[in-house]
Amino acid sequence: MQSQLETIYAQAAAELDSIASGEALDAWEAKYLGKKGVVIELVRSVGTLPKEERADFGKRANAIRDALMEAYQRRSESIKAQALAADLEGGAIDVTLPGRPRQMGGLHPSTHTLRRFYEIWAEMGFQVYRSRDVEDDDTNFTLLNMPPHHPARDMQDTFHTTTPNVILRTHTSPGQIRAMREFGGEGTQPIRIILPGMSYRFEQITARSEIQFHQVEGLAVGKHIRMSDLKGTIAEFAKRMFGQNAKMRYRASYFPFTEPSMEVDVECFLCGGTGCRICKYTGWLEIAGSGMVHPVVLRNGGYDPDVWSGFAFGMGPERMTLLRHAIPDIRYFWGNDLRFLEQF
Amino acid sequence: MRVPLSWLKDFVDIDLPAEALAERLTLAGLEVAAIAYIGVPQASVPGLRYPKSDHLVWDRERILLGAIREVKPHPNADRLVLAMVEIGGGVIEQCVTGAPNLFDYQGQALDMPLWTAFAAEGAEVWDGHSDEPQRMILKEKPLRGIPNRSMVCSEKELGISDDHDGVILFHEPILRRDGTPFAPGTPLQDVLGDVVFEIEFTPNLARAISIYGVAREIAFLLDLPLRPPSFDAVMDGAPLGDAVRVEIRDSALNPRFTAALLRDTKVKPSPEWMQRRLRLVGSRPINNIVDVTNYITFEIGQPLHAFDYDKLAARAGGGAPTIITRTPEPGETLETLDHVKRALEPHNILVADTAGALSLGGIIGGAETEIDDGTRNVLLEAASWNYINIRRTMTTQAVRTDAGYRFSRGVHPSQAILGLKRGIELMRQTGGGQIAAGVIDVYPNPQPPIKVDLPAREIERLLGVRMSAAEAAGLLRRAAFAVEIDGETLHVTVPDYRMDIGEDTIGRADLVEEIARAYGYDRIAQTLIADEMPAQRGNPALEQEEMARDVLAALGLREQISYRMTTPAREAQLVPPGLASSLPLNPYVTLANPISSDKTVMRKTLLISLLENARHNARFTNRQQVFEIGAVYLTRPDDPLPDEPRRLGLLMTGRRYPVSWLGVDSAANVDYFDLKGVIEGLLRGLHIRARIVYERSPHTSLHPGRSARLMLDGKPVGDFGELHPLVASAFELTGAPVYVAEIDLDALLGFSPALYPITPLAVTPPILQDIALVVTEETPAAAVEAVLVKAGGDLLKRCTLFDVYRGDPIPAGHKSLAYNLVYQTDARTLTDNEVASVHQRLVKAAERELGAKLRG
Repeated sequence: MQSQLETIYAQAAAELDSIASGEALDAWEAKYLGKKGVVIELVRSVGTLPKEERADFGKRANAIRDALMEAYQRRSESIKAQALAADLEGGAIDVTLPGRPRQMGGLHPSTHTLRRFYEIWAEMGFQVYRSRDVEDDDTNFTLLNMPPHHPARDMQDTFHTTTPNVILRTHTSPGQIRAMREFGGEGTQPIRIILPGMSYRFEQITARSEIQFHQVEGLAVGKHIRMSDLKGTIAEFAKRMFGQNAKMRYRASYFPFTEPSMEVDVECFLCGGTGCRICKYTGWLEIAGSGMVHPVVLRNGGYDPDVWSGFAFGMGPERMTLLRHAIPDIRYFWGNDLRFLEQF
Repeated sequence: MRVPLSWLKDFVDIDLPAEALAERLTLAGLEVAAIAYIGVPQASVPGLRYPKSDHLVWDRERILLGAIREVKPHPNADRLVLAMVEIGGGVIEQCVTGAPNLFDYQGQALDMPLWTAFAAEGAEVWDGHSDEPQRMILKEKPLRGIPNRSMVCSEKELGISDDHDGVILFHEPILRRDGTPFAPGTPLQDVLGDVVFEIEFTPNLARAISIYGVAREIAFLLDLPLRPPSFDAVMDGAPLGDAVRVEIRDSALNPRFTAALLRDTKVKPSPEWMQRRLRLVGSRPINNIVDVTNYITFEIGQPLHAFDYDKLAARAGGGAPTIITRTPEPGETLETLDHVKRALEPHNILVADTAGALSLGGIIGGAETEIDDGTRNVLLEAASWNYINIRRTMTTQAVRTDAGYRFSRGVHPSQAILGLKRGIELMRQTGGGQIAAGVIDVYPNPQPPIKVDLPAREIERLLGVRMSAAEAAGLLRRAAFAVEIDGETLHVTVPDYRMDIGEDTIGRADLVEEIARAYGYDRIAQTLIADEMPAQRGNPALEQEEMARDVLAALGLREQISYRMTTPAREAQLVPPGLASSLPLNPYVTLANPISSDKTVMRKTLLISLLENARHNARFTNRQQVFEIGAVYLTRPDDPLPDEPRRLGLLMTGRRYPVSWLGVDSAANVDYFDLKGVIEGLLRGLHIRARIVYERSPHTSLHPGRSARLMLDGKPVGDFGELHPLVASAFELTGAPVYVAEIDLDALLGFSPALYPITPLAVTPPILQDIALVVTEETPAAAVEAVLVKAGGDLLKRCTLFDVYRGDPIPAGHKSLAYNLVYQTDARTLTDNEVASVHQRLVKAAERELGAKLRG
């Protein structure tokens, strides 16, 4: 028995030395050290021996088992280390192969810009109010201080419908009247809203002009709203939209529903104001028409213009998007060419 | 309007560079859209940027005013002459030229020189013979044997206009502002050099649509003295007497009508200085009478109209004519100067006589009484008209004139008499004759000047600028407002021509604007609103809509936004031939003035937008997965304004996966279940807990067998599925099948809860089992699942179909549906017996209710 023990030990040790793979190692372990492994059987067989041999044999068998287990551990670690080294050294892939494509959706560029507007204006307490696309002439014009045939109507070429007095809104400003009447509490409550929406103008469709475009109108009505607040508020918007260093320019202008009226320019963020094709070499980009709400409009909204005042502004998200992304043609927006949409 | 700097200088002394002036005007609301340079260099003004102009700058040494003393024949050429040009200091240069307008002077003695533009050797000019703008430097080059090193120039060669029919030629000496003539050899820049501003006027600036009007604004903005033109006329002819009578029938439409008579004058070309100025502002010179009416229109903004007096007298049967301004008789017509015979409308206002209509008041003259070369006696009209009515007539009669443009913006009646006197005097000076003593001036209701009381605190209330009454008064006085200060209140009298200033509250706002313009918008501080914050309401409808966008983008779809206009014919393509339409039956919102024949109505469905975009994109890609959220427009019988419900449209077609080298089936196309997966994802993303049922869809635009109607709590919310093949081919989408959905977004979002509770995480182990049931082919999967879920009760946490199998050993007409089942309680670990018993319950229920068999 003793000699068999030594033979098996020698054989197991020799086999272990020649093992190079994890699989062979596992097989070796099962063969010698597993539940029914040869060595384990031998250790168990100690009970079958004559009493006087048991102590020596048991001692030796246990020693051999422990030695083999230790050798197995060493061998196992060395094989793992070899495998790891082999993988690290030889397991390279072509990292330039393309990745597995993911299905990626996305939003229209106008939506991106509109959301930026919502976010910035919400921080300043302006909430979104939306109203209808198909409007009546009174709300779109007359109540905004543009009576029928008034020359100010020349500024907004209009789509009329076959229903008398029903038009496509030429701007989101009719929403001012609707909002003042809805939220103003008969001229007793302050208002701070933005009015995004699609507007329509009867114009030729070209690379620069569209018949349909988003407008975002803003309206603040209160008892102490001043033109300086209008300037400060728009400047704040511009800083967040175009960067903290955005420089502003204010030009006198005319809108029938505001007085005083002004156009707001921001220093061209593409050329830094040195002059480029986009800003037509003026260094300025027009970003908003604005002004103090005209007394007639306040009155039509239910407010006493001697007590209440307000400011309003209108901006074009498509135009800003166009500038930010160097989009060469405004017709891209509703053309919905996927080659365009997928760039956002 | 084109505004030459040289003309402005008649009225105000400007020593600012043109570019700085343009900036100042633009900031004050008179937008200078462009600056055209004639010969003079562009200045560089620190702090200002503007496009670099590529115009020709006339060399001050080499491009000079020349005086042609003699025109000699060319010895070797019939089509060339030799112009002997004096260029100062007694120097005569000989220029060989083919200018046709010099031929007539060949061999004549020139008592008075012909004034021209002379360019010496080395000067840069435009090549007059080139069609494309091309510069050239003058070089010595003999012409048909005669040495030649300089030239007399056409307007084209100097960049004044495209005219190359002859050289620049003036018969009269050109005068300086002080009346002395320019000498030969003066740099041409000083003589003809100019800067012309193109100014765009907003409708409130009616007072400024003239050279003098702009000059007045400049004087106001720069605080400079203003020099008005002369309004004196030498009226020393025989008295006007009863030579003409004027009757105004409606002074609301025609507040004032003035007239003067010039007798024994001669119609001839205008003086060269006037022709030059008219050309600068874009008006073609005709004869002195017509030119003066135009000149006054451009100069002071009061349009005039000249009649041949004798033609009027003839119409009156040889007697004194009576001018009547009135609205038309029914059926009345008028042939205007543009040779259009016009059917008149009730709101038009006419200048007429006893024989009929003469002109469309304030807009355009009639053909019959116009000035011609034989006119000897001129009746000049200067009137004022209701601007709203003029604009309305210009719109309805589709006619646009310089006069009508100004009257439609508003010309105050006070200007009529000024224009009349300046006009008739200029006619006398240019054509001779005597102005009849006295004028006709019918002005039934002169309005008193507008007075506004402005408390100084209004300035601070509206502008946020604290300003004393004295400072505000100073700013207003610059704009010719008369101001008296009474404590902190300004009593302001408005100049008559300021028709943009109202009364009371509106007048105060108008004055505050005027003060702001004079003060400078840039000087107003930037402040943040200190006022109380209004109630914050939020906009749940928008927030939900944006959430839907985010969910759809996360599901891999791309958002599109389309034109909302279409045509009934385009939308009709959505209905397969022979089938009823599933589109809303409401009549369309129809445009009265569509911009093009493919955009005549507002859409009633998003499908049209989706399919037309798909047709476009099919040219570039084999893979489209898009959505659109937007309004459709549904007319209502009881409201002139339509309903504008929000819709969600989805479209998927073509390849399911992007092309890849990684062994996915990149040739597989999307099918019904891809679209349904998106809809299920959307319902999950919106946390909709309603009872969701998919029925067969009756929508005729969809394939009847491969489309469904989404029902939430029994309410239809939308239809989706494969596009009907006939509709697909109508849109030329004949490749891969197209899957579309149109969903009532308002209805859908109505099921999306503002708050939704989550399920607590179970701590007990789940027990997983599979079940496969064989059912008849007709049994819908949803019915099987419903039975399992009901039988499983609280213990069955999840039931997921993972396989549908047909074929051996499943009998024909049957299918096997296999489900993963998850059993779990929240309280304790389930025993094997409990699971076995509930599983058995499932099997029994399926057998009983569906005739299903457990697959072995």
